[in-house]
Amino acid sequence: MTASDAIAVTRAVEALLRQDRGRLLAALIARLRDFQLAEDALQEAALSALTHWGRAGIPASPQGWLLRVALRKAIDRIRAGQRDDRKSADLARLAVDEADETPPEDIPDERLRLIFTCCHPALDPKSRVALTLRTIAGLSTPEIARAFLDAEPTMGQRLSRAKAKIAAARIPFAIPGPEDWPDRLQSVLAVLYLIYNSGYTLGPQGDRDLCAEAIFLARLLVHLRPQDAEIEGCLALLLLTQSRARARIGPDGATIPLTEQDRHLWDRATIAEGLALIDTAMIRRAPGPYQVKAAIAACHMADPAPDWPQIVALYTRLLDFEPTPVIRLNRAVALAEAGHLAQALSDLASLAEALHDYQPFHAAHADLLARAGQGQAARAAYDRAIAAAPSPADAAFLIKRRESRPI
Amino acid sequence: MQYMLLIYGAPEVEPQYGTPAFSEMMAGYAAASAKMVEDGVMRGGEGLQGVETATSLRIRNGKVETMDGPFATTKEHLGGYYVIDVPDLDAALRYAALIPSATYGTVEVRPLMDYNPAGA
Repeated sequence: MTASDAIAVTRAVEALLRQDRGRLLAALIARLRDFQLAEDALQEAALSALTHWGRAGIPASPQGWLLRVALRKAIDRIRAGQRDDRKSADLARLAVDEADETPPEDIPDERLRLIFTCCHPALDPKSRVALTLRTIAGLSTPEIARAFLDAEPTMGQRLSRAKAKIAAARIPFAIPGPEDWPDRLQSVLAVLYLIYNSGYTLGPQGDRDLCAEAIFLARLLVHLRPQDAEIEGCLALLLLTQSRARARIGPDGATIPLTEQDRHLWDRATIAEGLALIDTAMIRRAPGPYQVKAAIAACHMADPAPDWPQIVALYTRLLDFEPTPVIRLNRAVALAEAGHLAQALSDLASLAEALHDYQPFHAAHADLLARAGQGQAARAAYDRAIAAAPSPADAAFLIKRRESRPI
Repeated sequence: MQYMLLIYGAPEVEPQYGTPAFSEMMAGYAAASAKMVEDGVMRGGEGLQGVETATSLRIRNGKVETMDGPFATTKEHLGGYYVIDVPDLDAALRYAALIPSATYGTVEVRPLMDYNPAGA
């Protein structure tokens, strides 16, 4: 094998794993019922692909080849380890799968089951995020560690603990039934949203953009479970947020409020896709929080200005699903924008205790107090918001605000 | 797979004996137990007397030390348990949700150690 052949084979294996790792892993876990064994076997199969394909050329069906070899490696490991928790019937069944020469397009896609296992509420939320990125999106442990500003060994331990719990507590590898579906789906969508949000607040860390990974995962879910209104709503929400990515940070690094963004920087194609998804979802008449949030995002981006009365109505609806102080805060801000400043201020007053440590509360409060001509109270609220600002650029933005106000 | 459902609660927030809420709780326990038996998953279960009856023991330097009270002095105490045999955690969680004390306290779901994994 020449050096250039070797490089070509290495590239081919890398590309294959990047693209198909989730699918291969899901197919392996479905058969082996063991996360760690599946990962190790796939890793070993990839290593043998390097030598074997270098000698014999890349096979007609590289995915099928990897799956078969990984199964054989797993069977070897089970036999060598004399793992007596495996009945011989299991081995016989696996051996049949291994001998199966099914072309790769017919390998059933088991990723939906895998997603539900990774996002199971019996796992710690951060572990759900890490495990989903590792197994479904195919990020490496160092990539995930970098994305969350964690040390690599810490992230590695988190992943092994999660996998060990899946095995020990027997968290099922299954798509939930209808009675569990709504709650479990919300758990999956929450993981996607967390991944997106981490990318949004941390910015691209290292070589992987978490916002793009979240959108990839949401698209995958739409593909694996078509015609689900909440999944469509979630993808729509992520797309509409993403469409403003170029407009949301000013040249000085400060976050620019949506109402002050340069609308020419919004990505029209992404907006159109998001809006179309909302329409599709709404027709299904299965309302849920993600659809409402996507609709709110769409109303914010209405041409030429946000539709505030509609946003207030949507936040009221959202409170049916998520009665949280943060949603109430957002509703109050929309209320003020819709012209009901006094009502908004009174709503904020009732939230002061619950949102005492929430910086956006003080920024919003300052803004509304200033508009109401309550200078002294506004200055105090600005001071709190500035002191707790997440970045120096954001603090500078608020300082400029405070000074430009007639307070 | 066998799971133990450990029932924790703070006695002062549970319904008091003689109230309608108490009867409702007892009916809930009866229904949960009956369902577990009917589904063939029940392997055992008992209620415990209050922590004021508990005695803790440990051996230090070969000497038995006996103390009044439970191991952990927390507000919520272990009040009872079920052992069930079900296929996976989701099934175990469904039965745990039938236990009335889940409304007032917490039910911890733990897989039992399997000493004979081959099943032979």
